Amino acid sequence: MDATALLAPLAALVLAPLFLGIINRTKAFFAGRHGQPLFQLYFDLQKLLGKGATYSRTSTWIVRGGPIIGLAALMVVVLLVPLGGLSGLVRFPGDLLLFAYLLSMARFFTVLAALDVGSSFEGMGASREVFFSTLTEPTLMLSLAVLAHQSHSLSLSSALGAVTVTSWLQHGTSLVLVFVALLVVCLAENARIPIDDPNTHLELTMIHEVMVLDHGGPDLAFILYGSALKLWIFASLVVGLVLPVRTGVAFLDLGSMLLGMGLLAIVLGCIESTMARLRLLRVPNLLVGATTLATLALVLAVR
Amino acid sequence: MIFLLFGCGWIVLCGFAALLPLLPSRWSGTIAVVGIVGGSMLGLPSAVSKVLGGTPELASMVWSIPGGTLSVALDALSGFFLVPIYLVCTLAAFYGLEYLRSSPRGNSLGVFWCSYNLLMVSMIVVILAKNGILFLLAWETMALTSFFLVTFENERPEVQAAGWIYLVATHLGTAFLLVLFLFLGEAAGSYDFDRFPPVVQFLPSGGLFLLALVGFGTKAGFVPFHVWLPEAHPAAPSHVSAVMSGLMIKTGIYGLVRIVTLLGPPSTWWGVLLVGLGVSSGILGVLFALAQHDLKRLLAYHSVENIGIILTGLGLGLLGLSLHLPALAALGFAGGLLHVLNHALFKSLLFLSAGAVAHATGTRELDQLGGLAKRMPVTCFFFLIGAAAISGLPPLNGFISEFLIYLGAFSTVTAHSALVALGPALVAVAGLALIGGFAAACFTKAFGIVFLGEPRDPHTPEGHEPGALMLVPMGILALSCVVIGIFPAGLLPAMETVVASFTLQTKDDLSVILQETVEPLLILSLAALLFLSLAGGFVVLRRRLLRRRPVEETVTWDCGYAQPTPRMQYTASSFAQPFVARFAIFLRTRHLGGLPKGFFPRMASLSTKTPDVFRQSLYAPLFLGIEKGLHYLQVLQRGRVQVYVLYIVLALVALLTWTRK
Amino acid sequence: MNHPSLIEAVLVTVVLTNLQLLGSSRLKICIHMVGLQGIVAGLLPVLLDHEANPLRAWLLVVGSVAIKGIVFPKLLLRVLRDAGVCREVEPFVGYILSLLAAVSALMFSLWMGSTLVLPQAPVGTTLMAPVGFTTILVGLLVIITRRKAISQVIGYVVVENGIYIFGVALVGGVPMLVELGVLMDAFVAVFLMGIAVYKISREFDHIDVDRLNRMQG
Repeated sequence: MDATALLAPLAALVLAPLFLGIINRTKAFFAGRHGQPLFQLYFDLQKLLGKGATYSRTSTWIVRGGPIIGLAALMVVVLLVPLGGLSGLVRFPGDLLLFAYLLSMARFFTVLAALDVGSSFEGMGASREVFFSTLTEPTLMLSLAVLAHQSHSLSLSSALGAVTVTSWLQHGTSLVLVFVALLVVCLAENARIPIDDPNTHLELTMIHEVMVLDHGGPDLAFILYGSALKLWIFASLVVGLVLPVRTGVAFLDLGSMLLGMGLLAIVLGCIESTMARLRLLRVPNLLVGATTLATLALVLAVR
Repeated sequence: MIFLLFGCGWIVLCGFAALLPLLPSRWSGTIAVVGIVGGSMLGLPSAVSKVLGGTPELASMVWSIPGGTLSVALDALSGFFLVPIYLVCTLAAFYGLEYLRSSPRGNSLGVFWCSYNLLMVSMIVVILAKNGILFLLAWETMALTSFFLVTFENERPEVQAAGWIYLVATHLGTAFLLVLFLFLGEAAGSYDFDRFPPVVQFLPSGGLFLLALVGFGTKAGFVPFHVWLPEAHPAAPSHVSAVMSGLMIKTGIYGLVRIVTLLGPPSTWWGVLLVGLGVSSGILGVLFALAQHDLKRLLAYHSVENIGIILTGLGLGLLGLSLHLPALAALGFAGGLLHVLNHALFKSLLFLSAGAVAHATGTRELDQLGGLAKRMPVTCFFFLIGAAAISGLPPLNGFISEFLIYLGAFSTVTAHSALVALGPALVAVAGLALIGGFAAACFTKAFGIVFLGEPRDPHTPEGHEPGALMLVPMGILALSCVVIGIFPAGLLPAMETVVASFTLQTKDDLSVILQETVEPLLILSLAALLFLSLAGGFVVLRRRLLRRRPVEETVTWDCGYAQPTPRMQYTASSFAQPFVARFAIFLRTRHLGGLPKGFFPRMASLSTKTPDVFRQSLYAPLFLGIEKGLHYLQVLQRGRVQVYVLYIVLALVALLTWTRK
Repeated sequence: MNHPSLIEAVLVTVVLTNLQLLGSSRLKICIHMVGLQGIVAGLLPVLLDHEANPLRAWLLVVGSVAIKGIVFPKLLLRVLRDAGVCREVEPFVGYILSLLAAVSALMFSLWMGSTLVLPQAPVGTTLMAPVGFTTILVGLLVIITRRKAISQVIGYVVVENGIYIFGVALVGGVPMLVELGVLMDAFVAVFLMGIAVYKISREFDHIDVDRLNRMQG
């Protein structure tokens, strides 16, 4: 195994919080504010890790274990995910299934931890989270199937590594549809606008953020770092798809991908600044719409 | 083989001994369990040896019943189905010893245990039988004994109703099987399985396949033949539900596989039909499960879902066989069959732990439960493992079998197969993904509402941990779920033998394909271990971080609006509301009560109820119609003996004339 | 100028407009979608480069784009404004289910496309006939599942687009007479329905079709 395989996971582990920082700075720019420092999340994590903890009397070990299990699962996922041409640390035929199901395990325990404190807000968030993620699951799987079909491979690294300029020229339409579908999945899974707004003042309308209301201290640090990793994971799928730079030179690839990630962060920031959050009842329409796009892409690909 | 048969005899013997009239009733269970343990110890080794590649054995005896010999055989496929039967029946029996101790009806325990032992033996004989008549006899015994077990608490009217529905459904299924065997036996001149011809007069093999599908499907319980499942499983005592849901419905799958292998090379549409039925069964099953408030009813609908997953795997396998796609065939069958084993493990685990909850609190209503994690921590942990496994989450066994089915389906994608294979495979992929999401939603609901939060109803007893006799069987099942999930590669050789035994593919072909999956499975083990050690590392880290810092306990914060009370918690209905509302067109959930009206509303209440759509709008009208039609036959009922004798004479003469030439 | 990828892009756009049409409750968006669909579908004959006489193809394109892409939407938007409705409220079948139905329609059409024996091998990509058929089905679906009269008109235009694509696929450049005939039919129908809708909404203050059946004697 060569050392370049370490690049993608290392970049994810180190830079994931920065990605959120760029999004927040972009949003601040649109709002006419100066905004928080780019490295704010790193400071937050450091602060939280140094704090004590307060637990609800209602809760059990689930609320303490949920963040840990979630973060552990996401860190295993990080090892599977490629960054464009840079392969992930672990690759094997079928790793895209492990990818999808580890994410769903992380979610399973986050939801249980939310239900553990017996609060109505967190129950509400949990219920919405499982509903929306159920609708995104087929989209993710079908999008990955398109990539698997084009690369003849069941491994995320080979599937994304095979996306080149030529494949964009040949199967452009299908790839555009996959891109849109994956972008919607990325927004939905990471609780971004227009699906969820973590910054609203009203807990009634939140999804992801309301689930972690009762977590604090190191647990919250685990959760925040985990969500940053998750956003990075999905973003690197999207960037790997739209940026077909496969030079084979590790540092060129890495540089272009990191640039692409930065651009995507700015794009996400723009989306969040210019769009309003959808009404909750309308969200399923968006998600099912993404599923139909993925289906259409698959139809185009396999025809 | 001979030990196995002796074992069966011993189980039956002890079963009847439990009936002895002078016996104190608390002994009957012990005697029956002694029989089951002895029988399992005699039978399990030979079953396991066949799965590991031992040569098939056959035993036959002349039988006085016309239609063939009394023959039984033990090959890899039979062995594979026998292993979970021995394992789960034994564990459930130990569980039952304690579960039934508090039963108020001490007197009929003898009948109960006798039926239990007979049910176990009849399942074994169904799996072993190589003769149609023996098979049907065992099949009927299985149906009747399980009927007695379902109606054990027959003083409750809903249990009686459930028993009747079950009895009718299972007999309708048997009727189809009878026709199937008559066709096959008529053509062969014998009811021995190995003499059955693949084609018979009057009926193409597709017709035989459909007969088998309906007949065995009624037992297996996939949509639309599932209506008895959600009635019978909740009515039965929990360990009987575990045996019925984990094992007995699998005999339907076994029969389907066995008969399909006899029908010659499969047509393409068989596989497509099975995938379609499997996916719709999976989605509808889990949707109905989401809308239920009764814990055991919810689990029963999940059996429908999991049978759907199994059927999807088998359908992909058949498709692969008919289109000569060895990867699809091997992985589809291997995944489907492995899911049979896995479902037997985690579903019985779930039923047993649900039984422990019902036993301790006296209710199965989700909305009356809550906060049991503190009262029953061990049961809670076991239920959590079962819940994660049934949702297909790594690193547990449910993920492994779904992984294999996915790999099979994706093999058509990477190979760019023809649309006829690719289409169903992609439907299976999308369906499995959707089912996985729904199942996770449903089990976060079930686990979260039952075990987490605060007790929702002050009148519900607080609950207590069950005794060792109930806990240890659950623990063994949970452990096997974890072990299979972390070390799946060890099962591959066994799956290879089993699949090779009935697909008639050369074992080399299979080996090549399954060898290719060894590496992914080994990496899955590594990933599982890495995950566990990472989690362990974080636990240590968190403990070190918090060591010298204040850790307090207080009320749930809840944004500081109001002090939360148990009544403010989310309930099962509210948790499932988004799903129920969106899929109302399938579920037809009824809302009772309604929104409060006016400025100073009085007491308002809202409750939802989701009856089975198929039962309400397919079977109920159908049977009503049949009943109406049968009224016309009343003219024949004259109530005079002379007329009846006349009927007999007429029928006799007519039959004689018909068979004359 | 035979560009398979361009044709594919056009067909995908048609499918996407179909989906948007079914998934949206705003009638204005629906009308825009129909217009867009008319324009991109209208471009097909020149992309196919099938005809010996490019002038004829261009004429056809100009005609159908003008009528379906500009005149129909203008007309419908005007009716919309006069009738004072802007949303399709409570369709008989929900939006998600409509979307799923559209996907199933696409699958069905693809299956049909692979099995159906056409009098003449379809031109362009293999996707053309299925997309045309899907569009017809989606149009019918709109007519069946929506309440407002204006949605019915929209559905009717979608059906026409589908027939057009199907026809182009079947015989390359549609015989002009046939296409013009269909176009005229559609034009007259839309015109009449537009007037009718306007009148009805003036008389009854609403344009729900399911309440019109009260008029039968």
